[in-house]
Amino acid sequence: MTALALDGVRIALGDRALVDGLDLTIDAGRCVTLMGPSGCGKSTLLAFVAGFIDPAFEARGRVRVGDDDVTACPPQRRRIGILFQDDLLFPHLTVGGNLAFALHERVRDREERRARVEAALREADLAGFASRHPATLSGGQRARVALMRTLLAEPRALLLDEPFGKLDAPLRDEVRRFVFDHALERALPILLVTHDEADALAAGGPVLRFGAAGPLHG
Amino acid sequence: MIRRFLLASVLAIAAPVLAQDAAWNDTLAKARGQTVHFNAWAGDEKTNAFIAWVGEETEKRYGVKVVHVKLKDTAEAVQRVVAEKAAARDAGGTVDMIWINGPNFLSMKEQKLLYGPYADRLPNWRYVDTVKKRSNLVDFTIPNEGYESPWRMAQIVFVYDSKRVRTTPTSIAALGAWAKANPGRFTHPGVRNFLGSTFLKQALFELAPDPSVLQRPATDANFASTTAPMWAWYDALKPNLWRGGAQFPENGPAQRQLMNDGEIDMMISFNPSEAAVSVQSGLLPDSVRTFTLAKGTIGNTSFVAIPYNASAKEGALVVANFLLEPATQARAQDVRQMGNFTVLDLAKLAPEDRKRFDDLPRHPALPTNAELGTTLLEPHPSWMTRITAEWERRYTK
Amino acid sequence: MRTGRLFAAAPVVTVATFALPIAAGFVGTLAPAFGYLPAIGGHEFSLSPWRELVAWPGFASSVRLTLVTGVAATLISALFAFGFCAWAAGRAWGPRAAAWLAPILATPHSAFAIGLAFVIAPSGWIVRALSPWLTGFDVPPDVATIGDPSGAALVLGMVVKEAPYLVLMTTAALAQVRANEHLAVARSMGYGPTEAWVRVVLPQVWPQVRLPFLAVLAYSLSVVDVALILGPSNPPTLAVLAVRWFGDPDLRLWFPAAAAASLQLVIVAASIGAWIALERMIARAGRRIVEAGRRASTLSTLSSLAAAGVAIIGALAVAAMTGMAIWSVASQWRFPSAWPGAFAFDNWSRRIADIASPAANTIVVAAIATLCALALAVACLEAEERRRRAGPPPALALLYLPLLVPQVAFLFGAQVLLVRAGLDGAVAAVVWAHLIYVLPYLFLSLADPWRALDPRYARTAASLGASEWRVLFAVKLPILVRPVAIACAVAFAVSVGLYLPTLFAGNGLVPTLTTEAVTLSAGADRRIIGAWALMQALVPLAAYLAAVLVPGRRPAR
Repeated sequence: MTALALDGVRIALGDRALVDGLDLTIDAGRCVTLMGPSGCGKSTLLAFVAGFIDPAFEARGRVRVGDDDVTACPPQRRRIGILFQDDLLFPHLTVGGNLAFALHERVRDREERRARVEAALREADLAGFASRHPATLSGGQRARVALMRTLLAEPRALLLDEPFGKLDAPLRDEVRRFVFDHALERALPILLVTHDEADALAAGGPVLRFGAAGPLHG
Repeated sequence: MIRRFLLASVLAIAAPVLAQDAAWNDTLAKARGQTVHFNAWAGDEKTNAFIAWVGEETEKRYGVKVVHVKLKDTAEAVQRVVAEKAAARDAGGTVDMIWINGPNFLSMKEQKLLYGPYADRLPNWRYVDTVKKRSNLVDFTIPNEGYESPWRMAQIVFVYDSKRVRTTPTSIAALGAWAKANPGRFTHPGVRNFLGSTFLKQALFELAPDPSVLQRPATDANFASTTAPMWAWYDALKPNLWRGGAQFPENGPAQRQLMNDGEIDMMISFNPSEAAVSVQSGLLPDSVRTFTLAKGTIGNTSFVAIPYNASAKEGALVVANFLLEPATQARAQDVRQMGNFTVLDLAKLAPEDRKRFDDLPRHPALPTNAELGTTLLEPHPSWMTRITAEWERRYTK
Repeated sequence: MRTGRLFAAAPVVTVATFALPIAAGFVGTLAPAFGYLPAIGGHEFSLSPWRELVAWPGFASSVRLTLVTGVAATLISALFAFGFCAWAAGRAWGPRAAAWLAPILATPHSAFAIGLAFVIAPSGWIVRALSPWLTGFDVPPDVATIGDPSGAALVLGMVVKEAPYLVLMTTAALAQVRANEHLAVARSMGYGPTEAWVRVVLPQVWPQVRLPFLAVLAYSLSVVDVALILGPSNPPTLAVLAVRWFGDPDLRLWFPAAAAASLQLVIVAASIGAWIALERMIARAGRRIVEAGRRASTLSTLSSLAAAGVAIIGALAVAAMTGMAIWSVASQWRFPSAWPGAFAFDNWSRRIADIASPAANTIVVAAIATLCALALAVACLEAEERRRRAGPPPALALLYLPLLVPQVAFLFGAQVLLVRAGLDGAVAAVVWAHLIYVLPYLFLSLADPWRALDPRYARTAASLGASEWRVLFAVKLPILVRPVAIACAVAFAVSVGLYLPTLFAGNGLVPTLTTEAVTLSAGADRRIIGAWALMQALVPLAAYLAAVLVPGRRPAR
C-alpha cells in the first residue's frame, strides 16, 4: 500500500509559473483529479511526476512513492504507470506481445508468462485475443488492452492523461469504470488529468482546479 | 702457357658477364616470394589478360607474383607515388612498377620519383633494338638513362573503313583535302590527350619549314614561324571535322567507339595493330584497314618504370626482364593476344626465336613492317606543351 | 546514466570521424591552390595558380557552364519531382511509384550516363530505331545530341537520376505529414487537387526535403563522371577541368587544378547561400499568393506536364538500362541496326570469375559502412533528444561537408594522411572513406522520420519499466523499420557507387565493382560496360527492393 506524494513542486516556463509550491499526497486506492483549461500545465505536471518533463521547463520539488524519493530516478525505475489519450499499443507487436512486453523479466518461465497474459486478457474480457494485431481491435478494446498492459508492469502509482477523451460517450462510461475498478482494486494511488466533469465525478476523489489565470497554489 | 693465357683472356672477357650473371642471380634470389604491384592502364581486356599471363609465368619460373593494379589513367599511379613522397614513405611503397612513357615518365624523373638506372642491367637488354628503334633509349628527345625499360612499340597509323573510303591520303595536306570532301567524318581526341596532341605534332613534322628544330627545345623566336603553316592548315581543316570541330572525343577508345558507331570513317591511332586486334574483338567492323603517311609517322616506345620507394624492386626487375624475353615479345605481337609490335632487334635473336616472329598470324588490317615505313622521333616535349596551350588559346572559347 | 552519456558522446565521435580527413582534405586542396606542395616542388605560397586558372582561355565559359547546368538540373529535377507528386496525390496508386523508382536509384550515375548516351546519341538507339526507313540515314547525322556546348545532354543525364531521388525523399516526407487529411480539407474548400497540394502540402513537406534538394544542388554543380560522358569537352565544366589537370602528366598543373577545385567549393557554397536567401523571398511571395484565395490556376496543367516529363524520364531510364543489358550479350551491333547483329552469351560466363572478388569487396565494404553509419546516426539522434536545447547540435552540420567539397581535391589530402598512418590499402581505410560519404545520406534520409516518431511510445515503454536500450531496440527501431530500411538502402547504394574514395583509400588494392567498371569503361567497349553496369546495379537494387517490401508500421488510428 503505497501513497504518491508531491512536495513543494514548482514548474515554470520562463517567468511564468504554472505550478507553484504544490504539496499533494494521494493515498493508496484514492484518485485525485486535476482539472483546468488547456495549456494550464496539468499535463506538464503529469510529465514531471512520470519523469518526462521537457528540459525547457524549470521544475523543482520532490516526488515520493511510498518511502522512495524518486525525483532523481529515470522514468524506467520509478514504476509509475502512465496512460495517454491514445492507446499507443506498439504496432509491431501483437496484443499478447504488447502485454508480455510489460511483464518483468523476473518472470522467466514462458508458460508462466503466457498464463499471466491470458489472465490479463480474461480480466479485460478479451480472452483469446493474444495473437491479434492492435490495428484489428476496436477503440474500446484497445483502451482496455492498454490499461491491462500498464497494470501488468506492476506499477506503484498510476497517472491518467485524459485517457477517455477519444472514446464515444457510452464506451467512455464502460472503460472508465473498467479502469477505476482495476486500478483501485490494486490499491494504486491515481492522479487523473481531465477536462470532463463526469470523469471527476466517477473518480470520486478530491478535485484540484487549475485557474485560467494564474498558477495553482497548494 | 698459351692455354693459361687463353683462359685468362677468356676470363677477362667473361668477367663482366659473369659478374653480371652473379648480380642477376642475386636479384633472382631476392625476388623469389615477392609480389609486384604492376600499375597499368586496364581499359583493354586483351592487355589485362596478357598481364595476367605474365604474372602466371613469372610465378612459375621465378616465384614472383604479379598483382595488376588497374588504372583508368597512368596519372593515378603518379599521384599515388607523389602522395607517398608527401607523406615521407620512402620505402615500402605500394607501387612497384608502372607502365609509363613520355610526359608522365619525364615528370617522375624530374621529381626524382624513380628507381634506377636499371635497364641495361637486365640480361635481356642485349636483344633490344637501340639502333633502328631509337625511341627505346630516347623518350621524347630526353635520354631515359636507363630509368625505364622498354615494353611495347607504338607508331602513329591511321585506321579507316575501306567500305566508305576509296583512296587514302598519303600526306597531311591530302588528309585536309579528304576531310573537305567528306566533312564530319574525321576527328581527333582532345589535345590534352597524348593521342590528340600527337596528331598535331605529326602535322607539324610535315608542314614545318625546318623539321630539324623540333628535336631541340622550342623558343619564343622559332615557335610562331615553325607552327604557322600548321595552324593555317588546321584552320582550314577544323570546320570539316566531326561536330564542326567544336567537340572532340576524350581519348583513343572513345574515338574508336565513334568509328564503330559509324560516326566517323577515319581515325588516328598509336597502335599499328589496333585495327586488326579490334576486328578480332569485335570492336570495329572487319572492313577496317590501316595506312601510314608517305613521309613517315611518329613512333615511340612504352616502358615500365620502378618508383624510388617500391617495396618489391627485385621482383619488378625480374618482371621487366621477362617482358623483354623474345618469347614474351612474340606473344605480345600476336594479334590474337595483344598485337603490339616488338622493341627487340630481330637480327639479334637466335634463329628459333626469330622463327616465333615469322610464324605470327597475318591479318588484312595488320600492316607489314615495310608498310610501316619510316619512324619519326618524338619532338622535344616543350613543343607539345606550347602547341597544346596555343590550340586552347585559339579554339577554346 | 551510462547510456545517456554514451549517446551524448555520439555527435562528438561522429564529427571526429570526419574532422580529421576533412581537415586534411581542406589543407590538401587549399595549400596547392596557393602554390604549396613540397613533394612536387612547390615551396612557397603564391597566387600564380589562381592567375593561371583565370587566364585559361575557356575559364569564363567553363564557370558559366557549371553554374547553368548545375542550377538547371536541380530546379528541373525539383519541379518534375513535385509536379509528379502533386499529380499522383489525387491518384490511388501514387505511393507505389516509389518501388518502381528503385532500379533507377540503384544504378550508379556513370553506368547510367553511358546507357543514356547510347540511347540519345546521333548513332544511338532512338535514331537507329528510326533509320533508315524514316530518316533516310545510313550513317549517323553529325548533330550534337550529347556533348553539346550548351550542356543540355548533361542536364538531362542528371535530371534522370535526381528527379527520382527527390520523388523518393518527398514521398517519405509525405508519410510524416498528414497529407491526405489536409488535402481533403483544402479540396472541400473548392481547391483542385494540384492547387491544394501545392498550397497546403508542399510548404509542410519542404522543410524535410530541403536538405536533399541542397545535396542535389551540390552534386549537380560538381559532378565529374556524368559530365565526362554527356557534357561538352571544349570547354568542360569546372570539375572536369580540375580532374583533367590533376591527371595531366605535367605535375605543375596540379596547382591550377587545386585552384579550380577550391573555386568549385566556393561556387557550391555560394549557390547554397544564394538559394537560402532566395527561399525566403519565394516563401513570402508564396504566402501572399496562397492567402489571396484564388481557386483556379494553371497548376493542374503544369503538374500533368511534369508527370509526363517524369514518365519520359522513366522511359529513357528503362531504355538506357535495357540498352546496356542487350549490349552485355551482344557481340556485334552496328548502325543502323536497331537490334544486335550477333550475340555472344558467353560474355557473362567469361566474366563471372572476374567479378567474384570485387563483388565480395563491394558488399562487405558497403555493409560495414552502412551499419557503422546507422549506429552513429541513431546515436546522434538519440543524443539530440536528451539535450537541454531542442534541435541537433550545430557541429553536426559538418556532417554534410563531404557532399559540398569536390571529391578529387579533398581526397588527395586524405590520402596523404592515410599513408602517413600506414593505413592505406586496407579494407578498413576504404570503409572509413566510404563512411564519410555514406553517413550524410543516411542521416538525411533517417533524421526526419526518426524525429517525427510519437515520443509517447518511448515514454510508455519507459513507464512500463523498459531500460533505454530496450526502448531503442524493442520499441523504436521496430516501429521505424521502414524508414531505417530505406535509409540503409540509400546508404548502401551510395557506397557501391563510390569510385574516387575507394581508389584513394585503397591505393588500388581493394577492387570493387565500381572501380573495375570505371577502369574497364576507359576502353570504350559497350559490351563490357553493359555487363558491369548491370552487376553494379544489382547489389543496391536488392537492398532497395528489400527496403521497399518491408511492411510499414502504421499505428492504428
